Amino acid sequence: MKTLKHLSYLLIASLIFVSCSDDDDNNNIPDPVNEEEVITTVTATLTPAGGGTVVTLQSQDLDGDGPDAPVITISGNLAANTTYSGSLDLLNETESPAESITEEIEEEALEHQFFFDVSNDLFSVAYNDMDADGNPIGLDFIVTTDATTGTEAFTITLRHEPSKDAAGVSAGDITNAGGETDVEVTFNVTVQ
Amino acid sequence: MKYLLIILAFVVPKTISAQNCTYTFIGEISDFHDATPIVGATVHIENLDKYVVSDINGKFKIENLCEGNLNLTISHVACDTKSVSFSINSDTYETILLEHHIEDLEEVTINGKTVKENTNSGQETIIKSQDIYKYNTLSLGDALKEVPGVSSINTGSTIVKPVINGLHSSRLIVLNNNVRLQDQDWGIEHAPNIDINSADQISVIKGSGTLAYGGDAIGGIIVVNPNRVIVKDTLYGKTSINGYSNGRGFLINSSLNKSFKSGWFANVQGSFKKSGDLKSPDYYLTNTGLNSKGITLRAGKKSFESGFEAYYSYLNSEIGILRASHIGNINDLINAINSNQPLVAEDFSYDINNPKQDVTHQIFKANYYKRFKNFGKIDIQYDYQENQRFEYDIRVGDDRDKPALDLNLTTHTLTSNILLDAKNNFEHNAGVLFRFQDNFANPDTGVRRLIPDYEKYDFGAYFTTNWNVNSNLSLDAGIRYDYNFINAYKYYKTSRWEERNYDQEFNDLIIDDLGTQLLVNPEFTFHNISLSAGAKYNLNSNSYINGQYSLTTRPPNPSELFSDGLHHSAARIELGDLRIKQEVSNRISSTYNYSKNKFQLNIEGFYNHINNFIYLKPTGVEFTIRGAFPVWEYQTTNVALYGLGLAVNYQLNDRFSITNKSSFTKGNDLSDNQDLIDIPPINISNQIKYFNSDLNNLSISLKSEWVLEQTDYPNFNFETLNPTTNQNVLVDISTPPSAYHLLHFDSNVDFKITENSRLNLAFGVSNLLDTKYRSYLNRLRFFADDVGRNFTLKIQYNY
Repeated sequence: MKTLKHLSYLLIASLIFVSCSDDDDNNNIPDPVNEEEVITTVTATLTPAGGGTVVTLQSQDLDGDGPDAPVITISGNLAANTTYSGSLDLLNETESPAESITEEIEEEALEHQFFFDVSNDLFSVAYNDMDADGNPIGLDFIVTTDATTGTEAFTITLRHEPSKDAAGVSAGDITNAGGETDVEVTFNVTVQ
Repeated sequence: MKYLLIILAFVVPKTISAQNCTYTFIGEISDFHDATPIVGATVHIENLDKYVVSDINGKFKIENLCEGNLNLTISHVACDTKSVSFSINSDTYETILLEHHIEDLEEVTINGKTVKENTNSGQETIIKSQDIYKYNTLSLGDALKEVPGVSSINTGSTIVKPVINGLHSSRLIVLNNNVRLQDQDWGIEHAPNIDINSADQISVIKGSGTLAYGGDAIGGIIVVNPNRVIVKDTLYGKTSINGYSNGRGFLINSSLNKSFKSGWFANVQGSFKKSGDLKSPDYYLTNTGLNSKGITLRAGKKSFESGFEAYYSYLNSEIGILRASHIGNINDLINAINSNQPLVAEDFSYDINNPKQDVTHQIFKANYYKRFKNFGKIDIQYDYQENQRFEYDIRVGDDRDKPALDLNLTTHTLTSNILLDAKNNFEHNAGVLFRFQDNFANPDTGVRRLIPDYEKYDFGAYFTTNWNVNSNLSLDAGIRYDYNFINAYKYYKTSRWEERNYDQEFNDLIIDDLGTQLLVNPEFTFHNISLSAGAKYNLNSNSYINGQYSLTTRPPNPSELFSDGLHHSAARIELGDLRIKQEVSNRISSTYNYSKNKFQLNIEGFYNHINNFIYLKPTGVEFTIRGAFPVWEYQTTNVALYGLGLAVNYQLNDRFSITNKSSFTKGNDLSDNQDLIDIPPINISNQIKYFNSDLNNLSISLKSEWVLEQTDYPNFNFETLNPTTNQNVLVDISTPPSAYHLLHFDSNVDFKITENSRLNLAFGVSNLLDTKYRSYLNRLRFFADDVGRNFTLKIQYNY
C-alpha cells in the first residue's frame, strides 16, 4: 500500500510537470535584443581652416559583426598645403534613432583614446582635445598636409582602457597603449 | 504490520490467562531474491533463549510453544540479521525471507571499503575520498587528472573542464548524485558545476558503455557520488580549514551526517571558498580571483527493501577571468602573443572585476526504490535543475555592470529503472527517461544572444544486461534509444541568414521579418541509437582482461547548431550550422589488469572512430569596424582517436611505494588527413610515497609531472594586415607550448583526539620549483604563464 501511495505521488508530480510545460506555448516568442554599444558607423569630418571643401571619411557596417564588410565612403581628396580641423562621430545605427557613441566616449574620456596612423607620412595628425588628466582623446584632431601628393592609408583606431601614461601613448604612439580595440578602420586618402 | 505485532506482544499475554503450550511453529527461510532455501541459518528463540538451525530445505521447527508471542532472531553468515515476531495461537507455518546479498549487488569491496562500480567490461577508475581531498581547494577537473587518459581543458586555472581520451564538453556526461548535470556544458569556458567538497567518490568511465546514464557519452561518463548512508545509529562529520598561498585563498568545508538503525538519515554539507589573484612565477595574474559557496542537504530512509531520498544542492561560483585575456581584435591578439607576458599585470587583489562569470546551479532530486522478492528492484527519480549563468564583459557607459550573457536553463527529468536480479547469474536493467528543458536567453543584456531560447524534450529507453557465465567470465550488453525534439526561436541577421545560404533551404522557418533581422523557429527531431557489448575474463586470481565495443550517437548541441557571432576572448567569429546532424562513434577498448601483493598494473587501450564529428574549423575572414576576424565554422568530418593509458604501482617495502601513470592520445581528422586540434600531449607522472601506519599514518610523497610538447597539431595559423606597420603578420594560434616538468610535494598525518575523533594535518606544495610553463590545453596560454608555486595547509577534524 505504502509503495502504491509513494508511486502515485510521483505520478501526480510528473503529470503536473508535464502539463505545466505545455501551458505557455504562445508566450515563448522571445523579444529581439536591442544591441547596445555596437559601433556601426565612424565618420571623420575634415574641415579646411581657411574655408574650402569639407572632406568626410565614413566607414559604415550596419550588420555589426555580421558577414557584410564595412562600406567605406570618402567624399573627396585632401588638398596639399592645407590644415584641416578634424572631428569624429561614432554611431550605433542598429538602434532607431541612432545612438551616439561619441557621447559615451566623451563621458568616459579617461578610458578612451583614438590613434591615427599615417603609414606614408603624407600628412601629419595632431590631437586637439584632452581628458580631465590632460591626456589626448582624439575626437578632435588637426590634419596638416604639405606639398607632397599621393595616396595614404589613414588608419583610425579606438582603444578602450588604454594605458594613457605608458611611454609615447599621449604623443599618439599606439605601441605601448594596450587595452582593447573597439574601432580599427583604414581609409585610402589621396592628397593632391 | 510490525507495529501492530509489537502492540500485540504487550496485549496478548495479559488477556490470555490460560497457558496452552502445545503449538508447533515451522519456519522456512529463503532468499529474498530467488526464493532458494537458506541452509544453516541460526534461529534464536528469544522467549526461550534457545537456538535452532535451518535444515537443507531452509526449514526449522519449534515445538511445545505456548499461546502468545514468538520472537525470533535469524542470522546467517552471508545475510543481514533479521528479527521477526509472530503471534501464536495455533500450529503455524511461516516463510521468512532473508537478504542474501548484503552488499548492494553492484557494490564490491575494495580494501575493506565499499566502492560502487558501474561497469563490467568498461574502463572505469575510481577516485576515493582521500584522493579527492587532495584536490579540495581546486576543482573536479583537477582531481580527475589522477586517472590516466584524463586531462583537462582550461580557461586559466579556475575554469577546468575534464577531457577523457581527448574528448570533452558535450561529449561527456557528468552525474552528480545520479542527476545528469544540465549546465550549458557545450562551452569550453563552462566548467561543470560541482562542488568537489560534496563528493565522496568519483568514478570515471571511459567511453559510453554504461547506457543507463545516457546514450551520447562519446568521450565518457563522470559519476560523482556523495558519501554512502550507513544504516546504524551514528552521528559523524568533518570540518576542514584550508589555506593556500597562491591566490592567498582559503576554503572552509564542513559536513554532518546523522543516521539511525531504522534507516532514516540526514546529511548536510557546506563549503565556502575565496581566493584572490593567482601568481605565475613572474607576475600576478590580474583578475583571477574566485568566490564560491555551496551547500548540499540530503535526507531519507534507506533499507534493503525500500527507501527514498530527497536531495538539494546549491552552488554559486563567481570567477574572475584574466584581465589580459580580454581583447578587441586580431591585432590585440597578436600583441598579446608577441609580448610574452600579460599586457595587464597589477598587484595582488581579491577584487573580481569584469570580465567574470557568476554561475548558480541548483539541483533538487527525489527518488524512491522498492525491492520485490523473486524479482528485483524498481527505482524512480525526479530531478529539477536550474542553471543561471551570467557572464560580464568589459563594457562602457550604462552597460558597465550589465551582464553580456544571461542564460537561464531549467531542466525537469523523470527516470525509472527496473533491476532484475532474481536469477543469480543474470542482472538486467531496463529504464526510461523523460526530460523537459527550457533555455531562456535574457534580451536585457543588450548583446545579441549567444545561443537562442529553446525548449527541448527528450525521451530515452534502455535495456542492459550482465551475465556471469561462470566465475571467470562475465558478459554484458545494452541497447538504448533516445529521442530529442528541440523547438528554438532565434533572431538571425538577414545578412547572416543569406550568407549561410539558409534562404535557399529554410525560408519556411521564418516567422517574423524585422527588416535587418529575421525571427526563425527551427525545430529539430533526432532519433539516436546506442549499443554496447563487452566481456570480462579473469585470467587467474591476479589478473583479468576486458574488452568492449560501443556505438554512440550524439545529437548536435545548441552552440553547434546556432552559434553566430564574435567570440571575444578568442577574437574570432564562430558560426553554427542548422544542417548539422548527429555524430556517431564506434569505440573499441580493452584493459589488462594485474594485481598481486606488491604490484599492480593496469593497461588500457582504445580506438574511437567518429563519423560526422562536429568541430570548429577556420574557413576565412570577415571584416567589421573593429578590423578583420577569422571565421571558424562548425563543420563535420570523420575522425579517429586512439590511445593508451598505463598505471603501475609497486610497493618497494613496508614504507615506500612508487607509482607511474602515463597516457598517450592521438587524434586524426581522416577526411582532411591532418591532426586534430586540442588533443592532450603525452603525460607521464611518477610518484614516490612513504607511508607509516605506526607513526600517525604519516604519508609523504613527491610527484613528478612531465607533460611533453604536443607535436601533432593542425596548422591553423593565418596572416593579417597590421595597420600600424602596414605589413602582413603571421598570427600563430596553433604552435603548442614547450614541454614542462613540475614537482609536487604532499604530506599528511593523523592524530587521534578521542575514541571517535581524529585530526588530520596536510601540507603540500604544488609546482615546488616555481616552474614557468604554459599548457597546450589552456585557452589563456596566449596571454600569460600558468600558475607558479603554491603552498597548501589543511586541517581536518573528523568526528
